[in-house]
Amino acid sequence: MTDASMDSAPVQGSLTTVDARTRKRNAAEKRFKAYGLVAIMIGLFFLVVLAVSILRSGIPAFTQAEVRVEFTLTQEQFDEAESQMLKTKAYENLFIAALQSQLEERGLEVSFDPAAIERLLGKTGSTIREHFRENPNQIGTPVFFNLAASSRVDGYFKGRVTRDTLVDSRFLEVSDLDLVDALADAGIIVSAFNWNFITGSDSGVDNPGGAGIGVSVIGSFFMMLVVLALSLPIGVATSIYLEEFAPQNWFTDLIEVNISNLAAVPSIVFGILGLAVFIQFMHLPQSAPLVGGLVLTLMTLPTIIISTRASLKAVPPSIREAALGVGASKMQTVFHHVLPLAAPGILTGTIIGLAQALGETAPLLLIGMVGFIARAYPEGVVSGFIDPNSAMPAQIYTWAARADAGFYEKAWGGIIILLIFLLTMNIIAIILRRRFERRW
Amino acid sequence: MYDIPHQIQETAVTDVKIKAKDVQVYYGDNHAIKDVSVEIENNTVTAFIGPSGCGKSTFLRCLNRMNDTIDICRVEGDILIDGDDIYDKRVDPVQLRAKVGMVFQKPNPFPKSIYDNIAYGPRIHGMARNKAELDEIVERALRRGAIWDEVKDRLQAPGTGLSGGQQQRLCIARAVATEPEVLLMDEPCSALDPIATAQVEELIDELRQNYAVVIVTHSMQQAARVSQKTAFFHLGNLVEYDDTSEIFTNPEDSRTESYITGRIG
Repeated sequence: MTDASMDSAPVQGSLTTVDARTRKRNAAEKRFKAYGLVAIMIGLFFLVVLAVSILRSGIPAFTQAEVRVEFTLTQEQFDEAESQMLKTKAYENLFIAALQSQLEERGLEVSFDPAAIERLLGKTGSTIREHFRENPNQIGTPVFFNLAASSRVDGYFKGRVTRDTLVDSRFLEVSDLDLVDALADAGIIVSAFNWNFITGSDSGVDNPGGAGIGVSVIGSFFMMLVVLALSLPIGVATSIYLEEFAPQNWFTDLIEVNISNLAAVPSIVFGILGLAVFIQFMHLPQSAPLVGGLVLTLMTLPTIIISTRASLKAVPPSIREAALGVGASKMQTVFHHVLPLAAPGILTGTIIGLAQALGETAPLLLIGMVGFIARAYPEGVVSGFIDPNSAMPAQIYTWAARADAGFYEKAWGGIIILLIFLLTMNIIAIILRRRFERRW
Repeated sequence: MYDIPHQIQETAVTDVKIKAKDVQVYYGDNHAIKDVSVEIENNTVTAFIGPSGCGKSTFLRCLNRMNDTIDICRVEGDILIDGDDIYDKRVDPVQLRAKVGMVFQKPNPFPKSIYDNIAYGPRIHGMARNKAELDEIVERALRRGAIWDEVKDRLQAPGTGLSGGQQQRLCIARAVATEPEVLLMDEPCSALDPIATAQVEELIDELRQNYAVVIVTHSMQQAARVSQKTAFFHLGNLVEYDDTSEIFTNPEDSRTESYITGRIG
C-alpha cells in the first residue's frame, strides 16, 4: 500500500494535475485518518455509555425516602421496653403507635393499620433504642426523628417500585402505596439527600436504607497510607539502585525480568500470598487495612519501580556527566540532579499506582476484607490500621451481591464515589506533573 | 608503539602535568585505545585530533576517570598527574574530578539558575565558608569564563535560558569554579556557531595561563588556531604527537599528512 519503489517511469505532465500514484497515496492517508477517527468514536461512545449508565443507576443512591416524625418517649415506656425480650420490637411498636396517633390528629383519610405502617418503615426500633440509650437525658422530651423508610417505599419514590410490580410482594402491598402517597402529601415521608450513604457504615442485608460507604472509605484511606508509606520509599530506592548504581550482570538482569513479570501477575495471586504470609504465617489480624495495604503494596511496587526507572532513564545523561564532571559523587549526582528532574514522573507513577490499588478488589477477597460489615468508625489511628474494616471496591462488591434491589443502586452509587476519588487522584497527578516539570 | 619525538621528551622534563604510559582501554572485547603514551604539559593547549571513532574522546575521558561510569570499560597502563597514578586504588575519582575539570561536547548547564550552576561545584567541595565567599567565587569563575558581563544582572535566571554559546561559556566557568589544574574539553565548539566558537577559542587561549588545557576537536583549523601541541589519533593509536606547527606543516607520519590534507577521516 505504501511501498515506495522508484522503478516506475518518471512522472510526466504538469504539477497541477494529480497523477494516479499520488492519488492512491492520498487516498491511503485519508483512509488511515478515517480509521483513527472511527476508533476514537467507538471509544468515546463506550465511555459515554459507561458514564450515563453509572450515573443513571448510581444517582438514586444519593437520595433516601425518610419518615420525619416527632416522638416522645417517657421514662416508664423506656423502662418497660428495656425489660422485654424483643427490645427493638417494643420500641418499634411504641413508635408506630405514636405515629398512628399523630396521623389521626391530622385527620388523614387513610387506614392506619399498624401492620401497614410497619411495612413502610425501615429498621426503626434499633435506631430509636440506640438514640435514647446514648442520650438518656432526652427521655421525656419530644425528639425529632428522620428515619429511613423501607426499601420498597424508597424504591416507590425513585420509580423502581410501581403499583404493577408490587403484586405478590410480601414486603409491601398495593394498598400501602395509598398511605405512602397520603403521608408524602402531608410531608411526613420525604425524599431527601442521603448523607448517611456518604458518611455512614454498612448495614444488615435487609436494610439498604441504612447502608453507607463512609467507613469503607476510611478503610481504603488507611490501606492507601500503608501502600504509600511502603511502596514509595522501597520502590524509589530500588529503582535508583538498579538504574544508577547496580552493575550490569546476570543477577540484575534477572531482577529486572522478574519486576516486569511481577507487574503482570494477577492480583488474586498477591491476595493468596498475603493470606498465606501475612495472616496464616505472621498472624496479622484478618480483614485489617494493614494487611490489605501490605498486599496492595506488593501489587503496586512493580508499577512504581517501572515508572520510576522510566523517569530516571529519561533524565539526559549529559546532566549526570555535568555533575560528575565538577566532582560530585555518584550519590550527590543522583540526589541533587537526577532525582529532582525525575520527580514529576515518579509522582505521577506513584499516584497512578495508588489509584490502581484503590480500585483493586480481588486480593481483598482472600484476606477477608470483603463481606465484613464494619458498623463503626475506627476509634483511633492504630485501630484504623488493625481493626477489621472493608474497602470501597470490596463494599461495592458486597452490595452488588445482596438480594435487595436497594443495595444494587447503592453499589452503583459506591462506584460513583470510587470514581470521584480516582479522578481526583489523577487530576492531582496531572497538576503535580505540570508544576514540577522542568525543561532542560 | 610509537616513539615520542626526541625534542618533546626534552621539554617535557621541565613541566609535565600529565604523563600517560602504555595506556590500553577496552570496551568489553573492543580494544579502543592501544599503547598510548603521551606527556601533556602545563600552561599549554594540547589538541587531540583524528577521525571519528579513533579514540581521542575515550582517551580524554580516561584523564578524569569519566570512563568509570561505563561498566564494560577497562583501563590499563599508567596515567600520572603530578606524579600520582590516578588509577591507584587510593585515588577517589571525586577528588580527581575536582582537580581535572571537564567541558562537554553539548552545553549541559544544570536546569538551575546561573548562580547555582557555578556555585554547585564549590558548594559540594566546601570551598566557601559563607555566602560572600561563594559570591566571590561565582563572580571570579564567570569572569574567567568570559561571560560575567553578559549575565551579571540576571544571576538568578535559569542557565538553560542562555544561548548555545553562552551556555558553553557558562559550562567552562562552572568547570573552572572548582579551581582545577587541568581542563579537559571534549569538542567544546561542535554545537556552536562561528561567532560563539571564536569567543570560546579566545577564552581557551586565556585559560592556558592558569591550566593545562586538553581539547578534542574535529576541526583542524581549530586545533591549529588554539593549540601549541597536537596529538593525532588513528584507530586507537597515537600516531603522532608534536608541536602544532610541526604537525600541520611537517608531519612525520604519512597518515597524519593524509588526515590533515583531507584524504582520510
